[in-house]
Amino acid sequence: MDETAIKVKNLSKHFGSVTAVNDISFEVEKGEVFGFLGPNGAGKTTTINILCTLLVPGGGEAIVNGFNVLNQPNEVRRSIGIIFQDPSLDERLTAYENLDFHGMIYHLPSRIRKARIAEVLDMVGLSAKKDYIVRTFSGGMKRRLEIARGLMHSPKILFLDEPTTGLDPQTRQHIWDYIVSLSRDEKITVFLTTHYMDEAEICRRTAIIDHGKIVVLDTPAALKNKYGVSSLNEIFLKVTGRDIREEGSDEKERLGQFIRARKKLR
Amino acid sequence: MDFDAIRMIWLRDIIRHFRDKVRLLGSITRPVLWLLIMGTGLRAAFNMHGISYTHYIFPGIIAMNLIFSSMQSTISIIWDREFGFLREILVAPIPRSSIVLGKALSGATVAFIEGCFVLVFAPVIKINIPPVNLLLLLPLIFFIGFVCTTLGIVIAARMTSFEGFGVISNFVIMPMFFLSGAMFPIDNLPHWISFVIRINPLTYGVDLLRWDILGMKIFSFYVDFLFLLIFAFIMLGIGVFEFSKTN
Ligand SMILES: Nc1ncnc2c1ncn2[C@@H]1O[C@H](COP(=O)(O)OP(=O)(O)OP(=O)(O)O)[C@@H](O)[C@H]1O
Ligand SMILES: [Mg+2]
Repeated sequence: MDETAIKVKNLSKHFGSVTAVNDISFEVEKGEVFGFLGPNGAGKTTTINILCTLLVPGGGEAIVNGFNVLNQPNEVRRSIGIIFQDPSLDERLTAYENLDFHGMIYHLPSRIRKARIAEVLDMVGLSAKKDYIVRTFSGGMKRRLEIARGLMHSPKILFLDEPTTGLDPQTRQHIWDYIVSLSRDEKITVFLTTHYMDEAEICRRTAIIDHGKIVVLDTPAALKNKYGVSSLNEIFLKVTGRDIREEGSDEKERLGQFIRARKKLR
Repeated sequence: MDFDAIRMIWLRDIIRHFRDKVRLLGSITRPVLWLLIMGTGLRAAFNMHGISYTHYIFPGIIAMNLIFSSMQSTISIIWDREFGFLREILVAPIPRSSIVLGKALSGATVAFIEGCFVLVFAPVIKINIPPVNLLLLLPLIFFIGFVCTTLGIVIAARMTSFEGFGVISNFVIMPMFFLSGAMFPIDNLPHWISFVIRINPLTYGVDLLRWDILGMKIFSFYVDFLFLLIFAFIMLGIGVFEFSKTN
């Protein structure tokens, strides 16, 4: 087997007239931490959804752990773990039940399941809350539980879609440390998306994606070198001509039109 | 077949069901109301050749609890889609057939419990079910609950909103219930209605129940049983297809 964990070739996805992913190609090596960096609506989640078999590709090809997402979805599913951007917990169950059921569908034997649950609960600091119904949790606690669940079975490839949004800085740091050590010790490939520049810097390589296209792809150090700036934030600004937190230019344009129209009316 | 996954989906639904107190209450009050109101109210209007109307509709009330309960169970599919949990299931390495089967079994289990609850009223309205018939009645109730759930799964899998499900299931539940022979005999009806009755799975379910409880029947046991079995298989097939869709 070759050393490629994810191979994407000319991948596209359209929703009606919206092009969410526009002919992108890239490869992620085994054991690599790979980052997708881009503004809202860039196509990050759509790409992940295709890679984890929730969406079929509109065009092109995606191979995950040697399996084609289109023809061998179950083999792909067996190879991956994912932390979704949007909530996906069962809020009527307790934290423990959420984790236990996750372990069951990934076939962890009950003894290992118990051990792993204790470990990940401890990692996200929710051990004391394990028998509470998830609905009673704060937003950050839910997020932490979600992360704990995604890390519970040790997948070959881990997808993290903006995993740390809504978390306090301390927890964020702690979770990233855990993920980095996980990828190092267990040779797990990590594919992450983020808006946070500092998070992208833990990646071995980072792709900057905008309007469904990869604009650059390199190591954070090489990117900084190439663009002669010190942070990924500035690189983003240079490459796309916008700040990452800014709205897309068309939206600004529309807002401008709206304001002008209002002025005319008066 | 992935038995771990089937067990997980089943167990989760059962746990959630028993935490939902309102629903438990509904399943208890519904048959009481219908037996009381319909049974006493319509008694005079019907002449059932020597059998009391309350007795006549008793199997129908069981069927009613089965269909209501299984439709309600399958709402959880829409719920799960809305609140994201469905993605946790869909992204897991579970054959889609196991997802559907797990759902069908949990819906059938809940329906079974709610259907059996109606049996408590048998002594109250003086229906005497011999032990042997009672023993056969239990698997029959489970089976009919299972069949109804498979239909609910197909509807829920195609729905994207609660409102839509409410509308559709009302369009399905009410006609299915009334055109099944649950509340009134289905002979001597206009042609088009008798066609609807014949393709209604609940007709065969009610027929099975009434045969076992009262010894009355329209079709033979095998016709009832085979129709329901084939219907369930078709629904399961469509359900698996719907769950495999990724567009
Ligand atoms: N199911 C869908 N139906 C229609 N359009 C969609 C759908 N999913 C995504 N889109 C569109 O595709 C584009 C890319 O969305 P996507 O969710 O991949 O962005 P993202 O990079 O994950 O953004 P964010 O940082 O906000 O999470 C957006 O324009 C979005 O409106
Ligand atoms: Mg996203």
